[in-house]
Amino acid sequence: MHELAVAQALIEQVEGVIRQHHAERASRIRVRIGPLAGVVPELLASAFPLAAAGSRMAHAALDLVDAPITVRCQTCGAESEAAINRLVCAACGDWHTQIVSGDELLLESVELETTSALAPNSSSLAPKHV
Amino acid sequence: MCDTCGCNLTPGNRHLAFKPVAPGTTAVSVLKGLLAKNDDQAAHNREHFDRRGILAVNLMSSPGSGKTALLEATLAALKDEFGCAVIEGDLETENDAERIRALGVTAHQIVTGTACHLDAHLVHDALHHMNLDGVDLLFIENVGNLVCPASFDLGQHLNVTLLSVTEGDDKPAKYPVMFRAADAMLLTKTDLLAVLDDFDPDKAEAHLRQLANPAPVLRLSARRNLGMDAWLAWLRAELAAQRARVKTGRTRRPAIQPDGAQLHRATA
Ligand SMILES: Nc1nc2c(ncn2[C@@H]2O[C@H](COP(=O)(O)OP(=O)(O)O)[C@@H](O)[C@H]2O)c(=O)[nH]1
Ligand SMILES: [Mg+2]
Ligand SMILES: [Zn+2]
Ligand SMILES: [Zn+2]
Ligand SMILES: [Zn+2]
Repeated sequence: MHELAVAQALIEQVEGVIRQHHAERASRIRVRIGPLAGVVPELLASAFPLAAAGSRMAHAALDLVDAPITVRCQTCGAESEAAINRLVCAACGDWHTQIVSGDELLLESVELETTSALAPNSSSLAPKHV
Repeated sequence: MCDTCGCNLTPGNRHLAFKPVAPGTTAVSVLKGLLAKNDDQAAHNREHFDRRGILAVNLMSSPGSGKTALLEATLAALKDEFGCAVIEGDLETENDAERIRALGVTAHQIVTGTACHLDAHLVHDALHHMNLDGVDLLFIENVGNLVCPASFDLGQHLNVTLLSVTEGDDKPAKYPVMFRAADAMLLTKTDLLAVLDDFDPDKAEAHLRQLANPAPVLRLSARRNLGMDAWLAWLRAELAAQRARVKTGRTRRPAIQPDGAQLHRATA
């Protein structure tokens, strides 16, 4: 679905990082996806090589990092883990909570090859869930 | 907002940046929302609206939940009271825009082809094809889809998510990303409740609360003109709130994207 659009946005951003640091290419890209971001990690992992073909990150490893859903209760102040369709406080059961994490869709970091003399890094395209 | 300049670095995470990992290789910490470019465009669209005092409302639902029928009934009731305009998003055809134009209201059709959602750039292009003079209320009918549209900020102030009573009252639990983003949930086609025995409006509302969403739940039938007054009153109140914000130089974003503070905290 829209994971191809997300992959294209990712590639544009990484291209910007490569340019800004006068690097040769990206060898590893780390993206953090919360379950509430509305992006399916597996679909993003399969869209990425299609979108990256021919770019300066065509052989980069894409690490997709899960983020747990955590909510803070506005009634009792507790912070607890929550399920995607049950964002209630685990301590007191109230639904008046705020998301602390779990809705992020973040480019966390990029490993850049700054000189062309070195061997290319891993070209694994499989997602890694940490 | 700036691109990849490192402005997302905080004292807490600065040590992560520019860390050499191997000779000839550098790890750069970016900590930036992936859809930042869409979000920047959305912020620009919102400036267009705020400069003109327009309230922009994004309608989302499955295909066939009654978005266009709701717009027809809403515009028939409000078009003499406010300046109204509509942006229609569909995979194909001008049909929905033609239904709106038949009421004498300006409508621009975005045909997305294969894209299953609108994004901020598509909406910006549409804005520059429309005459927004005298417009108070702009409705954006998103592509019928309970998944992708929730991830893309268009520059709207409010999200309205429709759930028709033929779809099942547990849809908020099945599509939490979409329903969490709703500033109002409309239970539509309530005239059909009498012939359906398994849709419980209270259950639909309870599922919404489980998503920590305090949004009002309005029950209505656009075709039978049931419950429309509460919806029209909500729109009038939201337009008044928008006008008060514009006067004091403030704006409002719907609950789609995490805010900057959360981006920082996510990596702290
Ligand atoms: N019974 C009933 N049918 C409705 C109502 N609103 C819409 N419909 C019907 O639902 C179908 C889809 O409506 P439409 O507005 O095109 O849905 P959209 O795809 O969300 O824009 C049409 O056949 C409408 O006549 C309603 O309030 N009651
Ligand atoms: Mg429609
Ligand atoms: Zn609590
Ligand atoms: Zn989509
Ligand atoms: Zn513009």
